[in-house]
Amino acid sequence: MSPSTELPRAVKPFVDFSSVLRENRFAVAPEQTSAFIAATGLLGPKSMRDIYMAALTTLGPEPERREEFDALFRLVFHGQSVAAAADGEPDEDEVRAYDERDGAMEPPEAEETNESGGDATGDEILSIRSFTGLGESDALRRLSREANGRLPRRASRRLGASRSGSRHDLRRALRDAVKRDGEVLQLPELKRRLRQRRILLLIDVSGSMKAQTEGHMRFAHALVQACDRIEVFTLGTRLTRVTRALRNRNRDQALATASYLVADWDGGTRLGDALGAFLNVPRFAGFSRSALTVVLSDGLERGDHRAMSEAVERLSRLSWKILWLSPLASGTNPVPETAAMLAVMPYVARLGDGGSVARLCSEVLDFSRRAA
Amino acid sequence: MPIQRSIVGIDSPGALTQALSAAQYIAGDELATAAYLALALGKPLLLEGAPGVGKTEAAKAISAILGRQLVRLQCYEGIDSAAALYEWNYPRQMLAIRQAGENYVNIYGDEFLMSRPMLEALRDPGGTVLLIDEIDRADHEFEAFLLEFLSDFSISIPERGTMRATEHPVVVLTSNRTRELHEALRRRCVYCWIGYPDPEREAQIVMMRASAVARDTATRVVAAVNRLRAEPLAKPPGVAETVEWAEAATLLHEQGATWPVAFRRAIGVALKDQDDIAFMSGQIDAMLEEVAA
Repeated sequence: MSPSTELPRAVKPFVDFSSVLRENRFAVAPEQTSAFIAATGLLGPKSMRDIYMAALTTLGPEPERREEFDALFRLVFHGQSVAAAADGEPDEDEVRAYDERDGAMEPPEAEETNESGGDATGDEILSIRSFTGLGESDALRRLSREANGRLPRRASRRLGASRSGSRHDLRRALRDAVKRDGEVLQLPELKRRLRQRRILLLIDVSGSMKAQTEGHMRFAHALVQACDRIEVFTLGTRLTRVTRALRNRNRDQALATASYLVADWDGGTRLGDALGAFLNVPRFAGFSRSALTVVLSDGLERGDHRAMSEAVERLSRLSWKILWLSPLASGTNPVPETAAMLAVMPYVARLGDGGSVARLCSEVLDFSRRAA
Repeated sequence: MPIQRSIVGIDSPGALTQALSAAQYIAGDELATAAYLALALGKPLLLEGAPGVGKTEAAKAISAILGRQLVRLQCYEGIDSAAALYEWNYPRQMLAIRQAGENYVNIYGDEFLMSRPMLEALRDPGGTVLLIDEIDRADHEFEAFLLEFLSDFSISIPERGTMRATEHPVVVLTSNRTRELHEALRRRCVYCWIGYPDPEREAQIVMMRASAVARDTATRVVAAVNRLRAEPLAKPPGVAETVEWAEAATLLHEQGATWPVAFRRAIGVALKDQDDIAFMSGQIDAMLEEVAA
């Protein structure tokens, strides 16, 4: 190593701290590290408190991760080991995220299948699901026909010419007037264009959803075909991105590819962890930004549901709105059935009936009308 | 951007705390440090916190101690460049064309350009503090646009070319955190999360802001407000509500009401949500008796 690239010894803990933070999934940019060092210099530093304040303000951890941040700070600058936060290694129980681009992703062999389909099991049961061909239902055809006009839309920042706009296009009026020696013949109008809002579809593929999974995947394929901006993930003991597989127009091929990618059909339910894994990959979490997030899940969570409600709360702050479609919810205005569902209801814009593909289609198509 | 250790004679967070309290703003340790670092490093200051903890007030106080004019851009869903940057005064341009007749007229002169807050801050970076208020209300496209503005402080106007700030203006952003801001925006800023002030500091704020509130009234109001904040309310009272409640209760007390009654009758300035009032109605009397005792 040449001397010029070697870090001065005094700076090393600061750089180390940034990399420890990154290992623990805090987003820290190089410019923040240099701001941290500059800020420490500005504040004195007379005590550890000065260094801590510099770290807090320049690296800016989210308020709910403050404790974790403090523990890591103590670890690096005070040399204290803190069991809770120090584990850089992913533990065995952690949900991992899979992207189809990762390549070389051989789905492991199935060891057993969960025959009952009713219970949520903790074992990671990996299997390849084969989709039995079913006749294309009318609901899916209706979805692709009506998606264009009825899926939620948002106002774009771009303005377009319009017959009855919200404001006058004075810029164009002036341009026309210049051509005609300052004569204004008519006032053109402008309106903000509408674009389809991004949709994020999260499909629970755990054992308790076994009966619905096939229908859900066909629904996902129809939705991907029908709209421009959409991302689809399956949640189970793993998190898998299947958007690209579903872009294939041939449904059988698309579903076969997706079935190969998703290695955890009918496994256990760890929805909170899977959602947490989704949110912890910044590239994935970005997909939910101001999107309509549609969750297809029964919300059956094994044991403590705190992880799940925290994850849904974070998801709700990123998303535009959350639409939760559960096969357990029935009727036009269903009420939450499980304790986990009750806990997440404050963050969910609507809990809808996810009992059949036809119900899914009409819930998604009607959402923007209901929200308005 | 060079680092400036001392700004208008303020060379440490402690000095800034004093200057802020002279400007009628009592800042916590964290806020003073963040504000000092933002000024010294020439970075924007991002303040996040629940509604009513004094984010906007902090920006006002900072502009007051710097002796600069505060230019405020209130964000809302659908805010666009015509509201944030500039707009041409089209009616005047048209009149100018009509008036000029056969003569030459420059319709893109300064007199036809209407500056909006961001351009205003850019034109006079040494004399203004730009406050971008409630950035979480704007849509994410505006956030991306803001990112570009905050990284090179330039605005391009097709008819005029690019305008660049001669120095980095002081920028304060506030967010109620109704949604998560983009990481790229956060990392460009010096960040501070403002929580509710601790009881002692809040009592100080009440004494400073309210005109005629006695010290023990202030302590009582702060104790009551902290009880309310511990409840799961839709709209917990902010610092401004504390001050108003103290003032209202003092007024009623002077007219002859006893303390618990005065507090009870003035509850409308602290709790402004019917559901919250209904939720608290069962326990509020006991709570106020306890606090007033």
